[in-house]
Amino acid sequence: MANQDYDAIVVGSGISGGWAAKELAEKGLKVLLLERGQDVEHVKDYKNATTAPWEVPHRGRRTIEMLENHPNLRRDYVLNELNLDWWAHEADSPYIEKKPFTWFRGYQVGGRSLLWGRQSYRLADVDFEANLKQDIAVDWPIRYKEIAPWYSYVEKFAGISGSKDGIPILPDGEFQPPMPLNCVEKDVAERIKKHFGGKRHMTIGRVANITEALPGRTKCQFRNKCSLGCPFGGYFSSQASTLPAALATGNLTLRPWSIVTRLIYDRDTQKATGVEVLDAETNETVEYNSKIVFLCASAFNSTAILMRTATEIWPDGLGSSSGELGHNVMDHHFRLGANGTMEGYEDQYYFGRRPTGIYIPRFRNIDGDKRDYIRGFGYQGAASRSGWSRNVAEINFGAPLKEALSEPGPWSMGVTAFGEILPYHENTIKLSATEKDKWGVSILEMNAEIKDNEKKMRVDMMNDAAEMLEAAGMKNVNTYDGGYTFGQGIHEMGTARMGRDPKTSILNGNNQVWDAKNVFVTDGACMTSAAAQNPSLTYMALTARAANFAVEELKKGNL
Amino acid sequence: MAMNRRDALKSFALMMGGTMVGANVLFTGCAPEDQIEGLEFEPKDIAFLDEIGESIIPATDTPGAKAVGIGNFMVMMVTETYNSEQQEIFVSGLNMIRKDFKDIHDKDFMDGTQEERTAYLNDLNQKAMKSEDQEPKVIGMIKDLTVLGYFTSEIGATQQLRYVETPGRYDACIPYQEGDKVFAI
Repeated sequence: MANQDYDAIVVGSGISGGWAAKELAEKGLKVLLLERGQDVEHVKDYKNATTAPWEVPHRGRRTIEMLENHPNLRRDYVLNELNLDWWAHEADSPYIEKKPFTWFRGYQVGGRSLLWGRQSYRLADVDFEANLKQDIAVDWPIRYKEIAPWYSYVEKFAGISGSKDGIPILPDGEFQPPMPLNCVEKDVAERIKKHFGGKRHMTIGRVANITEALPGRTKCQFRNKCSLGCPFGGYFSSQASTLPAALATGNLTLRPWSIVTRLIYDRDTQKATGVEVLDAETNETVEYNSKIVFLCASAFNSTAILMRTATEIWPDGLGSSSGELGHNVMDHHFRLGANGTMEGYEDQYYFGRRPTGIYIPRFRNIDGDKRDYIRGFGYQGAASRSGWSRNVAEINFGAPLKEALSEPGPWSMGVTAFGEILPYHENTIKLSATEKDKWGVSILEMNAEIKDNEKKMRVDMMNDAAEMLEAAGMKNVNTYDGGYTFGQGIHEMGTARMGRDPKTSILNGNNQVWDAKNVFVTDGACMTSAAAQNPSLTYMALTARAANFAVEELKKGNL
Repeated sequence: MAMNRRDALKSFALMMGGTMVGANVLFTGCAPEDQIEGLEFEPKDIAFLDEIGESIIPATDTPGAKAVGIGNFMVMMVTETYNSEQQEIFVSGLNMIRKDFKDIHDKDFMDGTQEERTAYLNDLNQKAMKSEDQEPKVIGMIKDLTVLGYFTSEIGATQQLRYVETPGRYDACIPYQEGDKVFAI
């Protein structure tokens, strides 16, 4: 019989859960890490990491069978024959779209840390203060200065490469040497800076790909196949980074195929005593006990666990006394921007496949700028020379076509905007009253949409992109809007927000559930607002901070 | 909808005398997928596609499309990644090419010279480029699959392009001289 008693239970092994497991185990706690999906062993289980292009059956294209079997995954790039096992499949894990909602999940050890885009940006004080100043939702219970040391802490260990730019909206961090801009990007960056009087910046994407080796990890090899798993450990994933550290302590037990159905809540102590696990393979129910629980199951799944907990006391679950559990769903709205071509530079090229692009931090509604919407957006993109897949309509078939496509084509550059979505009370997830998945667990019902503020912002997101590319001297500049459905940013946030008041928030400033102080939620669920930056680095920092707090509280006998 | 397309193809195949590409399509049942059920290509169809591909990307100082098995590749992609409407356009388009070439040159495509084949396909391509609806669409499909199959093949990527599995570094700005090959993905 396996040990059923632990000091800490961590639910979910992705970016947040991996950090929680590492921090708690390193501080001497016996940790049980529960993951609902299969195990994925570092290197060994990266089955397509070194697959040559000619070994990819459909060369990256989608079969009709894939399209028909994956009505959800097909909505974006995630439907790919090389890593299809790492995205949760619709048939096993359905959800209900009251309004169009795209939910891309990674149900395996490592979660989406294997698959993520790796862009890593700090939030700034303007982000933490915005709700209070604009009277939106509730105030964040923390400010930048409280999280800054934790950003530094996680950046050093995770390995973030980037340049220190001294831009207040995008605080600098503990970076490894930046990857360089290519020659077109360099000139575009200079022209944008000049044209906009230093008010708009373009820098290299700060990315969780290492440019200097870290213990057990080789620096990035510029293969740009990150989402297939990196045999070099070149990017931050739970497998490459936090799990080896946690395992090295001898304090970690990892249990895959473990669906946490609910927390076990003790009415008398007002604490969780453990979790109920449904074994995804055997369908058996097992209970595990612990002093503290960290919910890091990804935003909506962490909230769903709270919703299924202590329903004998609160019908809508632990944390619902606030009236906000399941509310304030956020994401980043995107899929629009501009692209253009750059004349010249025919004598310039690059070597290697850089796994990041450029970043243009937010410039709207700061420094005196005022628009007909609040908050803002940033851009990601890249300049490159086209390859054999470009259209060369005028070239004759035969040797001329073969030769033409074998040489690099003209330079082009595209940028995509990522915008902040406000936390709206009426954007919700809830447990379906009738529908269950194949394990008999109630599935989630999504009911969220972008509103007037985001729609107005989208006009600028598109036009500003074109304006900057034109200012940089690009030709044939076109704007595009590929359409956005909620969730598509794969940055789902909110539903169990942090706050200062138990009446309006689920968590306090230490990510502690107001109604069960030994339960911590440190993934995207905790976000009080979304900012425009990619959020994963913030989850890492909040998780490490909360783990430190939890252990101190345990020592003091407060939990 | 898929049934109707299959029926249309069946009519077309029968009309063309039953010797055409796709004539062996099975018409039993209704596939759940939006694809033609039982679409199969015979060795002669694959040989035909090999020659079409070779006319678009020929052997030069490196091997051409035929050497990478472009016929088999096209057939696999059409079978697995095309929906029934695209499959129908592809199959009937191939039959059109076969007939049209013969009408012009008074001999089968397979008996034509490389120059005749390339010139013919070029004309077809130019016609499609000028057409509002890219008609005949089959030439765009063939070109797309030939280019994709060739440049992602081992021969195409390693002999005609520069393939570096593990670059190990990123050089952001390096000089480029005309004739230097593109880096394969």
